[in-house]
Parts: sequence; structure tokens; C-alpha cells
Amino acid sequence: MRRRLDDVIARPLLAAIAFSAIASLLLIAAFILKEGLPFMLRVGLPHFLGTSDWNPQEGRFGIFPMIVASLWVTLGAMLIGAPLGVAGAVFLCEFVPPPVMRAIKPTVELLAGIPSVVYGFLGVMVLAPLIRTHLGGPGLSLLAAAVILGIMVLPTVISISVDAINAVPASYREGALALGATRWQAVHMVVLKAARSGIVASIILAMGRAVGETMAVIMVAGNTPRVPHSALDPVCTLTAKIAMEMASATGLHRQSLFAIGVVLFAVIMGLNAIALTVIRRRTRSAP
Amino acid sequence: MRVWQDAWSAARVAVLTVALAAGCGGRKEAVTLAGSTAFQPFAEKLAGLYMDGHPGANVTVQGGGSSVGIQSALQGAAQIGMVDLVELPPEAKVLAATVVARDGVVVVVHPANTVSNLTTAQVRDIFAGTVRNWREVGGADAPINVVSREAGSGTRRSFEKIVGLARLSDAALVQDSSGTIRETVANDDRAIGYLSHGLVNERVKGLAIDGVASTIEATIRGDYKLVRPVFFLVREPASAATRDFIAYVLSPAGQAVIRQDGLIPAQ
Repeated sequence: MRRRLDDVIARPLLAAIAFSAIASLLLIAAFILKEGLPFMLRVGLPHFLGTSDWNPQEGRFGIFPMIVASLWVTLGAMLIGAPLGVAGAVFLCEFVPPPVMRAIKPTVELLAGIPSVVYGFLGVMVLAPLIRTHLGGPGLSLLAAAVILGIMVLPTVISISVDAINAVPASYREGALALGATRWQAVHMVVLKAARSGIVASIILAMGRAVGETMAVIMVAGNTPRVPHSALDPVCTLTAKIAMEMASATGLHRQSLFAIGVVLFAVIMGLNAIALTVIRRRTRSAP
Repeated sequence: MRVWQDAWSAARVAVLTVALAAGCGGRKEAVTLAGSTAFQPFAEKLAGLYMDGHPGANVTVQGGGSSVGIQSALQGAAQIGMVDLVELPPEAKVLAATVVARDGVVVVVHPANTVSNLTTAQVRDIFAGTVRNWREVGGADAPINVVSREAGSGTRRSFEKIVGLARLSDAALVQDSSGTIRETVANDDRAIGYLSHGLVNERVKGLAIDGVASTIEATIRGDYKLVRPVFFLVREPASAATRDFIAYVLSPAGQAVIRQDGLIPAQ
């Protein structure tokens, strides 16, 4: 009888808690859309997404440079973070004795616990001056943002890739080695192929993190709302634009920042959808 | 992140206002100030001194920026909106405005920069992006890295208005506070930026404009031109406590505090 009562209470209670999590997501989406959509309809998508002139006081709201900047910064971060992260994961899983790996993996995951403002601070104090003196430009740049983000996404790439590689059955490796493959051949011809969808998912999740990162990017990217011509040019990403101007924006300017939020929301939903599809394909094909 | 800071301060304003209103019901009404981050440290100091002299008084100070100051005074979230703009926007016209101090805007460069004076026209051309090399204004042969505040910033609006800048160079770096402008300029020997007079320190070099250094004396004499007023905006009718606090800020004692920390008295 007592058990019954617990069950009677537990179910609706858990349902209410679970629903509140989903409801907050729906509320956020509804709120951003409510504030942003009227602006997009009023200004028009071709002007909003297609033009390059951002000057809210004069009624010009072109976010094309910010879209380009977000894409370049993310792509750059992936070019740096993905090879490093996947190589690190392969090394940890295949070439290091398990006790050493058990020591190194938590250390790498500790990187995820460092606040982004600390990465940004390092970028401003160390990386930007290095870029300015050795490569030119103002230092605060697309390149600086990409390098900092590339390091920031390492824990995501490494820990999910490690899980994917560890999930490859030992028999695959043993089979390859028994057929006369070397250690490296077994890794890149068999293990990496089998773990491919997990590794791809780790990179897509890392992309989501890179697109959404704000604090570190504001600090190192220079925030110039202009389409960059080289990696040394300063750029302003979508997230940086919202965070910098939200405090002082009123009226149409404020609505325009919500509209940028809608664009960002769409980009991140798209990335997550891709990640989910890839992960689902992996679980279905797993033996 | 600024947004969360603002959300957090907004929440604190709300909680504090409710708590204070409930806590000292019969005694004295609370006075809340919100707005300009440049004036916030001064307001906090003034509030502390005022409460020392007036037991039972409650004055709380929040930041948020000049736009937040106007909005909270309009909506009644704060009794006093602190705003530092050369020109008040139309929506603020319904509020009673009192000038309580003036704040110089100082054009700053890296301490190693050999340039120490610029004309207003040179400042305008540098920030407009038509002058791009320090050599053109008497400095070393190096590109100029322009650093500005974000669109919507009160300091930026005031600066552009005073120097007559119609359009900021599209190559300018953008930072979202006086503090980060100072750090960016302190770390880059080719940079030029501008910030509130009270926030200039030894890490950056303040430039003289048209041969006049940005001292308090030069500003009081009216020689230094890059100055903006700090307004207290109040929705009438103001409470007795609000009027009393503003009177204190304008009193010789209050103005002395303002001057002592690098701001210019209202005169």
C-alpha cells in the first residue's frame, strides 16, 4: 500500500519536474521568436541577413559580416581542435597503457572546467600580442578566436572520441592484428572506421560549443562588424554582437538583437539535428 | 558576460527594493539609483557617505548603463536614473533632469607612443579611418589600431557627438566597457581609444586635445572640450527622500567627493 502511494506521488512529481525543463526550453524559444520575428518581418530577411552595414542608430541592420565571422571562427576552431582532439583520443586509447590514460583523460576533461573568461584572458595577454608582433594586424583577430576556441573544444572532442574508440570491440583489433596488420594499420584502417560516427558526432557537438561561445570570443576577436579578408582581421560573431550591445540597446535595436538570437538558435538547432542523426546511425549500426 | 551581469543586477534591484520597502516600512523610503556604469562608483561612495550622515536612510546603487538608467526612471524601477549623454533622447524628456557632475572623455594611447597631442580634426579623422598611420600625425611609422565602444554606448555617443564623427571606421576594434578599452590600449602600442576621465590610470597615456591636457582645471575653465554631463533623471513628483539625496549630491560636501575622485563638479 505504501509503495503504491509513493508511486502515486512520484510519477506526477517527476513528470512536473521533467516538464519544467522542457517548458523552459519552449519558453525561451517562444520568447526569442516573439521578440525577434516581428523585427525580421519589418526589416525583411534580405536586408537583415544579406547586407553588411550594421548601424542601429541609423536603422541599418545587416548581419552578413557577423554570420560570416561566426562560420569562419567555428571552421577555424574545428581545423585546429578536431585533428588535435582526435589524434589525442587515438593516442590515449591505442598507444598508452590504460593506467596512464586513466590519469591523462580526467586532466584533459579538467580543461572543460576552466571558465571561458580565463581562456579569453590568456588570449588577450599572450596570444594577441604574439600574433600582432609576428604576423601583423591588430592581434585581436579571427585567428586568435579560432585558436582559443580550438583549445576550448578539445575536452569535448577528446572525451567523446575516446568513448567511441573504446566502444569498438576488441575482436576488431585482434582480427586486424591476426591478419598481419601493424598497430597503426589496425588503428587507422579498422578502429577509426568503426568509431567514425562517434568521432564525427564529437566534432559536431564541439562545433555547437564553438558557435555559441561568447565571452572568450568577445575578448579576443576584436569585434569589428566587417567581413574579414584574412585570418588576421578582427571579426564580430553573432554571439558577441548580442552580448555587447544588449546592455545599452533599446527599441528596434534591442529587437534586432533578439532577431540575431533567432538566427543563432536556427544554426545551433541545425547542428544538433545533424549530431543526433549521426549518433542515431551509430547506435543502429553498432553490433 | 554583460547580459548576465545586467540580469543579475536587475534581479538585485528588484529584490533589494522589495526588501528595503518591506524592512523599513514606517521609517524612510528607499532611494534606488540605476544607470551609467561610469558614474556608478561615485554614486556608491556618495550613497555611503549620505547614509552615514542620515541614519535610517536607504540608498542603493545599481549599474546597467545609461539606457537602463532612462528605462528604470521611466518605469519606476529606480527613483533616480543616472545618465551620461551629451544629448538626452526624446523618451527622457518627460523626466526631470539635474546635472550632478561632468565627466571628461580622454583619448588614450599606449604609454610608449610618442604622440602626446592631437587636434579635434585629427581625432575625428583617425576614428573615421581616413588617417591610418601614426606617421601622419607625427608618430612612428606604424598602422593605427582604432578601439571604440559598442553601438548604443553612452560614452561612444557623447564622444562621436563632440568630435563631430559621423561614422566610425569600419576597421575599428570594438570593446564593451571602459575597462576593456583601457586593457586593449595598454597591450597594444599602436592602439588609440577613449574612456571616462575617472578611469584613466598609469597603464595608458591620456592625450592633450588641441594642446589642452585633460585635467580637471582645464575642464572647469572650459578649455578641454571632450566633456559630457552626468544627469540624474527623476520622474515627478519625486519623493522627499529622493529630493534630499539629490540636494546632498549637489551640496559642497557632495561635489567635493565628486571632484576628489577625478570627476568634474556640476559647478
